[in-house]
Amino acid sequence: MRLALLALLTRSPAHGYELKQDLEKLLGAAYPQPNVGQIYVTLGRLEKSGLIEGEDVEQSGRPNKRTYRLTDAGREAVLAWFEETAEEPRVRDEFFMKLALAPQSGLADPIALINKQRRQYLNTMRDLSKLAAAEDRDNKISHLLIEGAMLHLQADLDWLERCQEELE
Amino acid sequence: MSDDATTAPAVPADTVAAAGAVPIVRAEGLTKTHHGEGLPVHAVRGVDLSVRPGEFVAVTGPSGAGKSTLLHLIGGLQRPDSGKLWLAGERVDEYREARWAVLRRRSIGVVFQFFNLVSNLTVADNVELPALLAGASPKAARASRAELLAELGLEGRERSMPGELSGGEQQRVALARALVNHPALLLADEPAGSLDSKGTREVLRLLSRFHQRGQTIMMVTHDARMASAADRVISFFDGRIADDAHLDGGRRAPVRGVSGVLDLELEPKQ
Repeated sequence: MRLALLALLTRSPAHGYELKQDLEKLLGAAYPQPNVGQIYVTLGRLEKSGLIEGEDVEQSGRPNKRTYRLTDAGREAVLAWFEETAEEPRVRDEFFMKLALAPQSGLADPIALINKQRRQYLNTMRDLSKLAAAEDRDNKISHLLIEGAMLHLQADLDWLERCQEELE
Repeated sequence: MSDDATTAPAVPADTVAAAGAVPIVRAEGLTKTHHGEGLPVHAVRGVDLSVRPGEFVAVTGPSGAGKSTLLHLIGGLQRPDSGKLWLAGERVDEYREARWAVLRRRSIGVVFQFFNLVSNLTVADNVELPALLAGASPKAARASRAELLAELGLEGRERSMPGELSGGEQQRVALARALVNHPALLLADEPAGSLDSKGTREVLRLLSRFHQRGQTIMMVTHDARMASAADRVISFFDGRIADDAHLDGGRRAPVRGVSGVLDLELEPKQ
């Protein structure tokens, strides 16, 4: 979340709640939304490390609100972030370890493990379909996010199928 | 309310029966071996299966697992080597082709991966033909056709030839043709297998809509997204049912959307 907040602050200074709303609007319901507490904690850390600067703005009849702006170091951090490519998604290493170790332990049947895992993936796929149906049609970013999750899940299901073919 | 339903004269007996215990499909020990050039292929090996009225069942599995053969056996497009098959309580595995043809016309709609429309008939004729063959009057066939094409977003396409339509449109025509006689069972064999993602979504949306209105559907697919629209998913491996899962059964409500998947895949590591 650190870099998402920094990237949002490249446009203009903003306070914590505005940033939360901007993220929600941009990413839609599909993305697990950070709560406002997490955002304030993160902003505090970013300020400590000199990537943003905060300034209290007085409000009549309300507590002050703290507005943040990006520092030069913060701008550099965002540029470096865009410069780097992201890591590949990880394989499902925990399930893989279960599958590898089931015959060794004698406590679980690999095929039963695969079937159970497949059920979970299919249910998640169903949740994603519902989410896609409920999401605002015009929010392309959100739909791309859901589609990405579906394609990953499809790949996981294909891989389970390969496992089953080999181990059956 | 349910007590009333069994005694109230307004409810026809067959409605009560359909809602009750008689499965639309019941198979016992269904077996089919293909004898081709090479070794015999055991496509379906002793499958037991029951599908209740109103269910939407997806059959998934790797290619060559025999899932299409299973669907073809249930639709009478192929005959089993052994085993028993009942459709709506009637034993059908020993039917000859003529009786199967009548049964398919009346009670089973089928859609295929490659649409299989009659290429030299118009869209309207493709949809009306099975209604006429089933004994509908031309007027009734036209009315059913018009209603279905409107429902499927194909108004104005009546006079088109299948070749003038996109794949997604052709599949919608095929769906109209399959449903024109109000079949008890809709069989779909990779219905989106040759469509782009937009066509796939469209077909999926329509199948879900007909399912919500009570249509019983059995669909073969290798696409998990398609499969997850069903409320039951059968995993087919090597001619056998490896798993038979009801989706959404006693499952916790997802917290914050589908945070699990998205966290794992998309949240950058801290």
